[in-house]
Amino acid sequence: MIAVLIRVLCLGTAVGTAAALTPSLVSGRHYAVLAVAWVIVAVLVGTYATRRPLVAKYLVPGTILLVLFTVTPVLATLQLSTTNYGDGTRTTKQETITQVLATSVVETPDSPTFHLAVATTGNPVAGPFTFFLVDPATAEAFSGTEEGLVRLEPDQVTVAGGFVTAAPGYTFLTPKQVNDAAPHLREFAVPTEGGAIRSRGLREAFEGRAVLRYDEATDTIVNTDTGVRYTVQRQGDREYFVDGGGTRLTDQSWRAGVGLDNYRKVFTDPRILGSFLGIFAWTVVFAAGSVALTLALGLVLAVTLNDPRVRGQKLYRSVLLLPYAIPGFISILVWSGFFNQDFGLINGLTGLHVNWLGDPFAAKAALLLLNLWLGFPYMFLVTTGALQAIPADVREAATIDGAGRLTAFRRITFPLVLVAIAPILVAGFAFNFNNYNVVELLTHGGPFTPDNPNAGATDILISYTVRLAFGAGGAQFGFASAIATLLFVITGVLAAAQFRATRSLEEVH
Amino acid sequence: MKPIQRRCALVAAVTLLAVAACSDGQPASPAPTGAAPAASGAPARQNADLVIWTSEVASRAVQPIAEDFGRQNGITVAVQVISADLAANAITANTAGNGPDVLMLPNDFLGGALQNGAIAPLPLRAEDLTAYESGALASVTRNGQVWALPYGMENLVLYRNTKAAPKAPATVEELVSTGQAAVKKGTVERALSLPVGQDGDAYHMEPFFTSAGGSLFAIDADGQYDPQQVGVGTAESIAAASKIAALGEGGSKVLTRSVDGTNAIAQFTDGKAAYLVSGPWALADIRKSGVPYDITPVPPFAGGEPASPFLAAQAFWLMSKARNPAFAQEFITKTMNTPEAMTAMYTQDPRPPVRTDVLASVSAKDPDMAKLAAGAKNSTPLPDFPFMSGVWPPLGQAYAAIVGGADPASTMQKTASTIESVVPAK
Repeated sequence: MIAVLIRVLCLGTAVGTAAALTPSLVSGRHYAVLAVAWVIVAVLVGTYATRRPLVAKYLVPGTILLVLFTVTPVLATLQLSTTNYGDGTRTTKQETITQVLATSVVETPDSPTFHLAVATTGNPVAGPFTFFLVDPATAEAFSGTEEGLVRLEPDQVTVAGGFVTAAPGYTFLTPKQVNDAAPHLREFAVPTEGGAIRSRGLREAFEGRAVLRYDEATDTIVNTDTGVRYTVQRQGDREYFVDGGGTRLTDQSWRAGVGLDNYRKVFTDPRILGSFLGIFAWTVVFAAGSVALTLALGLVLAVTLNDPRVRGQKLYRSVLLLPYAIPGFISILVWSGFFNQDFGLINGLTGLHVNWLGDPFAAKAALLLLNLWLGFPYMFLVTTGALQAIPADVREAATIDGAGRLTAFRRITFPLVLVAIAPILVAGFAFNFNNYNVVELLTHGGPFTPDNPNAGATDILISYTVRLAFGAGGAQFGFASAIATLLFVITGVLAAAQFRATRSLEEVH
Repeated sequence: MKPIQRRCALVAAVTLLAVAACSDGQPASPAPTGAAPAASGAPARQNADLVIWTSEVASRAVQPIAEDFGRQNGITVAVQVISADLAANAITANTAGNGPDVLMLPNDFLGGALQNGAIAPLPLRAEDLTAYESGALASVTRNGQVWALPYGMENLVLYRNTKAAPKAPATVEELVSTGQAAVKKGTVERALSLPVGQDGDAYHMEPFFTSAGGSLFAIDADGQYDPQQVGVGTAESIAAASKIAALGEGGSKVLTRSVDGTNAIAQFTDGKAAYLVSGPWALADIRKSGVPYDITPVPPFAGGEPASPFLAAQAFWLMSKARNPAFAQEFITKTMNTPEAMTAMYTQDPRPPVRTDVLASVSAKDPDMAKLAAGAKNSTPLPDFPFMSGVWPPLGQAYAAIVGGADPASTMQKTASTIESVVPAK
């Protein structure tokens, strides 16, 4: 009975959530999200509303989450990697043209700045709108629509404080309504002889005209002042509007598909290939070293504290967890101060003069040291758990068989612990393989040599590729996605290989 | 050898631990891939009728003005401090339609913002513009449109601890000798605090570099940068780099990679450095510290060119996809565009105002403003090319290497070819 009630409640919540989201998703035209939400609800209802024992009941939640948060981003990244999306290509062609034309509006010289009141005969959101204008110099009032400008007689409207405040049949908009109507008012212009009157802010209008005009038939932009025509031309991996001499009208290009060009760039750019092997090797060393060092320290501490003769175990364990309890970002930034050659705590305490962050070798050591500090409590925690799960009779049997402490540890305890934590070691390796934060915050991938400002001594693949994708060329999301896809493949292959290797550990039993 | 349940229990226990311990030490959570360096959390737009994104220092200044504006118009206002990658985050958020309405950044935002269509021109009247210093206004003007409202000037000056060095140095050599004398006497621990860092800092090195004869780009007949002619690898620039090397860790040790952006100002405010090369953003901290100070332009090398720092103008930008364009326009072109608002900005965030009338009135009361502005006498505008993101890092790294004792000639030549590779052909 209770079970049915809970089931009904949970399913009701799911349906209710989807129903509650529907209006806002429809109004925002997010139809794909809407479809996904209802498909998920349908799957949930179809699975859990029946009383039949289905295997799906166990698999559905995990599968839904996997598809939503792992498969979808991977597919989206793949899709993005076939475009040139990035700095200079963030807009569609239509948006680019609209923006370029809109920003070419110049104010007509010697034209008055009108006092503006926006009114409507319809509703304040969608219009239709009328501009009521007052020329402050002459105090003449006008009304303006997209048909044109009409001069008003003083008895037609009420003018107060230099603004038209009322007119029969019109509702006047409050400042907030003027702001909310911005998408419509941006397109709204009152045609005049010298151009058009547009609004400026909340209470002003000015006469100006767009210097540029777009001709759809020939796909050209024309400067009406100079007569120069700008045609679409390809330069590099993107298209621009350029004049006859090849000078661009604007640096703003637009989004386009480029097929596999981004991948081609990765495999043909000598800059990338030249540094790749060394960085890949250091990435593996960094990831494996971080895991090995943290495991070694964590295990030693866990074994030591696991001995029943140690007093105050709880206290020690809490203290050892502290580095893990402090947010990593803070730890890393504090440590980057510790490593400072002249003012840092480490050189200060030891009396050394090591250039921790400026020497390629020392910087690598600093990075591993920091990662050891960040990671050992986790390994300590995990191995403590594994140690406590090893039954005492196993160890007793070993002692009876004449094994010393070390032998017992080497032959019995350690293999058993390793079996339990093997998946965690693999996950730790995969995590550190792409541990962008620690590298970026401590060394920025440096120190660098002048002949290669793109690849630093402590760069791991991810920090290196982030620099390639977001460094000199600004943000190149398409290219970055291609690299992310490749990294995903590399990390996946390595992790798969490691899981195969750790399977042999199972033979302990 | 072992019952199956036990093994299951063991695995289950460890798995639970692993799940429970998923914070940020070594858990198997994905690292940011294919996300901008700000992947540590892109800022989210607060919901208000006027949203301003800014840096921490500027937020203190603009907050009261913005709140006042909100009260006058009966709307809600949010001033959000974005700590990292403000420019990149604002462009990305704006493209998605979740960006700010108003953004506060220096004029070198212009190139990248135009390339991405991230900003809208300000419909300022011609008579509005006459109140602003023409150089600063020119730095935010392009294609006959004004793209931002500048409010404060930024350029490097020399701050001097008057207890350690009573007299203003006329040359860099004098600065070094008086600074070192003060160190010998024990008044301070360092002669000069100038941020270099492991990655270098091209912005802060510029006055020394130019005074020693170096240049980043050639300047054409119109006084504009000509990025086709990179000055970094030239003989003059290599000679300049040698002069910087002589001040570095292999020479007089006045410059060191240990001093970086995080500790340079603190060295001076703690009274540990005789001199500091920094900008107006350091002034509030220096005043608070109580260190006796004076401000002079960065001195040139003896017999060298004038030291020319970069001149930047902090400004208000109107985003192209602002959700509240009318309020944003009104705020920038009406509310901020007044002597009162500009004076209020200066009061909270002391830097020379761009409005000439306000500069005159505050300079009368605050001699530091005139001294900061005097530091801009030989300045060149901060370049705003979108490709500068590929110029600053290698140039900075070159300075870091040279300060660290690398060979100036080969370092500068290699850096020049790197810079040439990121400058797009005409």
